[in-house]
Amino acid sequence: MNTSPIVLLIQKIIKKGWLGKTFLALITLLAIWQIIVALQANPSLFLQQVINGLQLGFVYALIALGYTMVYGIVRLINFAHGDVFMFGAFVSFYSITRFQLHTWPQWLFPSIPHGLGLIIGAITVMAISMIACALLAIVVERIAYKPLRSAPRISALITAIGISFFLEYFAALNFVFSPNFITYKRPVEVVTWAIGLNGITTLGNGKAPPDGTILFSNIALIIILTSVLLMFGLQFIVKKTRIGKAMRSVAYDKQTARLMGINTDAIISTTFAIGAALAGAAGMLYAIAFPQIFFWMGIIPGLKSFVAAVLGGIGSIPGAFIGALIMGQAEVLSAAYISTPLRDAIAFSILIVVLLVRPTGIFGEPEREKA
Amino acid sequence: MKNIFSKSTLWFLGSAFLIYAVLQILVSAEILNSFWNTIIRIGGVMAIVSIGLNLIYGFNGQFSLGQWGFYAIGAYAAADVTYRWQINKSADGMVVLALATLLSGFAILWLRKRLSTVRGLDPLSAFTIYLAVTIILSALAWWLGTLISPTVTNGLNLLPAAVAMQIVFVSGVVFGAVVAAEISFLFGLPILSLGSDYFGIATLGFSIIIKILLDNSDTLLGFQEMKGARGMVGIPKETSLFWVFIFLVLVVVITRNLLRSSYGRAVISVREDEIAAKAMGIDIAEYKILAFVLGSFFAGLAGGLYAHINGFLHPNTFNFIKSFDPMIIIVFGGLGSISGTVFAAFAWALILEGVLRLFLPQGFETWRFVVYPILLLITMLLRPKGIFGDYEIPFLRQVLPKIRKTSETKGTDSPLEAHP
Amino acid sequence: MKRVFSVFSFLVIASMMLAACAPAAPAGAGTIKVAILAPLSGPVPTFGVSTRDGALMAIEEWNAKGGVLGQQIEAIVADSQCTADPAVNAANKVIDQDKVHYIIGEVCSSASIPVSEIAEQKGVVQISPTSTNPTVTLNPDGSTKKYIFRACFIDPFQGLVMAKFALGQGKKTAFIMFDKGNDYVLGLAEAFEAAFTAGGGSIVGKEAYTGQDTDFSSILTKVADSKADVLFIPDYYNIINLVATQAKERGVTSTLMGGDGWDSSDLDLAAAEGGFFSNHYSAEDTRTIVQDFVSRYEAKYGSKPDALATLGYDAANLLLAAIEKAGKDDPALVKDALASLSYDAVSGTITFDAQHNPIKSAAIMQVKDGKVTFAESIAP
Repeated sequence: MNTSPIVLLIQKIIKKGWLGKTFLALITLLAIWQIIVALQANPSLFLQQVINGLQLGFVYALIALGYTMVYGIVRLINFAHGDVFMFGAFVSFYSITRFQLHTWPQWLFPSIPHGLGLIIGAITVMAISMIACALLAIVVERIAYKPLRSAPRISALITAIGISFFLEYFAALNFVFSPNFITYKRPVEVVTWAIGLNGITTLGNGKAPPDGTILFSNIALIIILTSVLLMFGLQFIVKKTRIGKAMRSVAYDKQTARLMGINTDAIISTTFAIGAALAGAAGMLYAIAFPQIFFWMGIIPGLKSFVAAVLGGIGSIPGAFIGALIMGQAEVLSAAYISTPLRDAIAFSILIVVLLVRPTGIFGEPEREKA
Repeated sequence: MKNIFSKSTLWFLGSAFLIYAVLQILVSAEILNSFWNTIIRIGGVMAIVSIGLNLIYGFNGQFSLGQWGFYAIGAYAAADVTYRWQINKSADGMVVLALATLLSGFAILWLRKRLSTVRGLDPLSAFTIYLAVTIILSALAWWLGTLISPTVTNGLNLLPAAVAMQIVFVSGVVFGAVVAAEISFLFGLPILSLGSDYFGIATLGFSIIIKILLDNSDTLLGFQEMKGARGMVGIPKETSLFWVFIFLVLVVVITRNLLRSSYGRAVISVREDEIAAKAMGIDIAEYKILAFVLGSFFAGLAGGLYAHINGFLHPNTFNFIKSFDPMIIIVFGGLGSISGTVFAAFAWALILEGVLRLFLPQGFETWRFVVYPILLLITMLLRPKGIFGDYEIPFLRQVLPKIRKTSETKGTDSPLEAHP
Repeated sequence: MKRVFSVFSFLVIASMMLAACAPAAPAGAGTIKVAILAPLSGPVPTFGVSTRDGALMAIEEWNAKGGVLGQQIEAIVADSQCTADPAVNAANKVIDQDKVHYIIGEVCSSASIPVSEIAEQKGVVQISPTSTNPTVTLNPDGSTKKYIFRACFIDPFQGLVMAKFALGQGKKTAFIMFDKGNDYVLGLAEAFEAAFTAGGGSIVGKEAYTGQDTDFSSILTKVADSKADVLFIPDYYNIINLVATQAKERGVTSTLMGGDGWDSSDLDLAAAEGGFFSNHYSAEDTRTIVQDFVSRYEAKYGSKPDALATLGYDAANLLLAAIEKAGKDDPALVKDALASLSYDAVSGTITFDAQHNPIKSAAIMQVKDGKVTFAESIAP
């Protein structure tokens, strides 16, 4: 083939692969430019949007932790996770409105300070929904995943989808939960703080905040604290405890783990139970943040958190966290400054672009090739 | 020649024709009313989508959740063509689409030859080049198409109206499928290098992005007639049992012939073991793209047929939750089994829309989607490898290598075979 | 393998045969069949359940009175999922298998449109309780479909009413939030925008969201920043609950306004405090038909009827009244009777215009002190 100098030049340019990189860089620069313009136009508004994104991101992080944990150990995209999350929200709803469980400290110890009583009560309700979800997950795992251990992995994926449908529509039946949208009664009252240069003031309900201030609520605080706590707790379990060690060995090589005397079935059940407990906690906190629950509520947050987990490198706990924060910012900022109808499209485009640059997500380990 | 008219070929074509003839007679005699007729046609359409997905996932091992997005592209592209013919009385949609797909198709083929001589070209750069070329050529086709469309319109008007409609319909369906295939090529180029689960999520993202774009098709994409989230009306209802069967048989034969060729064996070798395939000198990227593009082409074809069944398109039909349907069908029927896929597609449509609708008693309508997942679960638990496993009817069988029975011994971490 | 295959094919074929040969119930003399298509699965079964309950209640009441034309009415409910394909299957099923001549439904326009095409082609009277998209009753060429009617307002009217009302309250600026994927919301938002700007108001912002969103913080932050007098959000109560709660937390002081989708016992009254919405009727209306309907519905289902239940009830009543007026179980006569009907329904006295849209007056309701109260009535 005869090659003219021009063709050679073009070939040289293309060879380094920077054509593709320039293309990506251009798109990224455009997005960053938008954000800088927005920041200059109205800094406090921009900061407020970032905080909105942060709150959403931490909500996603809560759900993403469960996904990444289960995937990391058993390599199953657990599509039913979102529905376990819904179950958790419903359990906490019934514990609060039907049985008033969040008020038990006041019942037993009338002298307890109101705030402390509420906190203990709320934590109890959360524990109940975590346990209920863990039990549900163990049942589901026994019925739907365990018999398929030796089948192709896709079979378990399909049963996961089946379980997901089943939980949704079963929950929608009138004698189970309800097909209606239910207003969730928060166990704590919302307090909104307006943070400005002149200090912090508490915002009255339905009042306009002073100019140039940033709003921050106790709900956001609760969500951020809980998800950070849960992340460290999970990290501790996986990295420092015996059972965590067993989990990691099962994730690495199931056969060898079994040979080493690890009860792999029990470990996998435990993994599902822990993942589901996380979903239960997430379900309750999500319902506190967005106080409406219904049987379909798990699907979209589940999908987005799953994407967040993939973005961060699925299987990695800090990765899920970072991915969720990015996802939250991407959604809120693109809704605020680029285009509201396209906000999900932009979030998913970011996922695809990140995967192109880092094929296993931000914190993901490169795929292992076993001999 | 003996091969072409072997016993199994005759048997297959004969029975396909017989089934069609029986169904057609039953439909014409009104024994099968439009309720069953619609379900059968939907079953056929699902069979085509699922064969495409089976090619990508079952035979090539690429975990794709993007099939529904290509289905949507095919549906909207084909519907736009026939809509313009039916309502605007103009063939401009057909002409522009045909020109754009042909021009960029040939350009891509030509470029692919040129670019394959460039060593060390990363997929992303290649993607940028292809994208630029496609956009330029589509603009060119738009300009050219508007120039010559009046002539074509007049030419078509000389034919009897019914014949012209059929021509526009078939070309709309085919070119809509080509659009889906070309977009899948552009998208697959950078994405197919991802590991399979990540590939799955990226393709899921793709179908969600397509759905969002369709929600905004009247404002962002500029196609007023698609009416965005209000739903596209006025599409002629041209998809008859005949067309569904013709396309289904064609798709089955094409897939079968591909899989029997050396290309097909290469496609399957990628699924079995990428490293070994590479060591045997197989260009993995090439065969991944081949399977992906052909699979998406089938999805587009099915989309075009689907659009003309109800004569109404709404972005909600292409919701990501429904994108699991083809995946369910191929696993249900048996990964890597074409006959299983066809059977499962019809069974799925008949059970979900037909049987469950008729046999659930009054007051239990909400139970349909409680019963459906239970059936799904029971099937999966009883037959984890699908109803058909890797069984094939004789026409499709012969040279297909068996899927490895014992995935347990397979050392790779590939998501297809790893176990939960 | 062969065995499994043959067993399965046998099962499928056998069930097909059974179904094809045995229509669900023998077409016994003395019943008139009416189909109710409603989304009982999918994301919004609650809307479908309300509509179905409303329609079923109307049918039961007619049956208790002795039926229509001396015949009992048999209701056939089918799940249409708010989506085109299942809706088409459901419509085909009730028309071909159950041989009904009358359809009440679907709820969503995206499902009603394909159903209306089938009904029109097969000469089956369809009356949609809640589908607001004009295309439901119109052909693509702009002519009216002969057999298709609706029981609800079409969007422009409600948008106009709310815009007039907002201007009358001295509101100057409005922010509009709408669901890009829901044509009911979209239509209302567009109509409101046109009427509000024509009346001298200004739209300071317009943002879209999708019906599955739960986080509206970024949009509401913009609303708070714009300091608009009115936040117009004509969506269903489930979205309003979320938006209103978050709006309070984001320091939004605009008055919330919306359409009949707000009307539900599940509306979070504490969050929506101070908001206004247009509705078909007021529960405080003293007309006996309204009071009877509300109390009977509450007695039967244990909750106050929402807009969907009311419209489902009205749609069924309109249809049955038209059958009685036609004097014969013949859709061709019933459609003419329906077109010229004047019926005193719960949501007002209804007559149909040339495009088969009902003409009725609207009520404006206010959420005040944790109650929904009547604020103003606006005639068409």
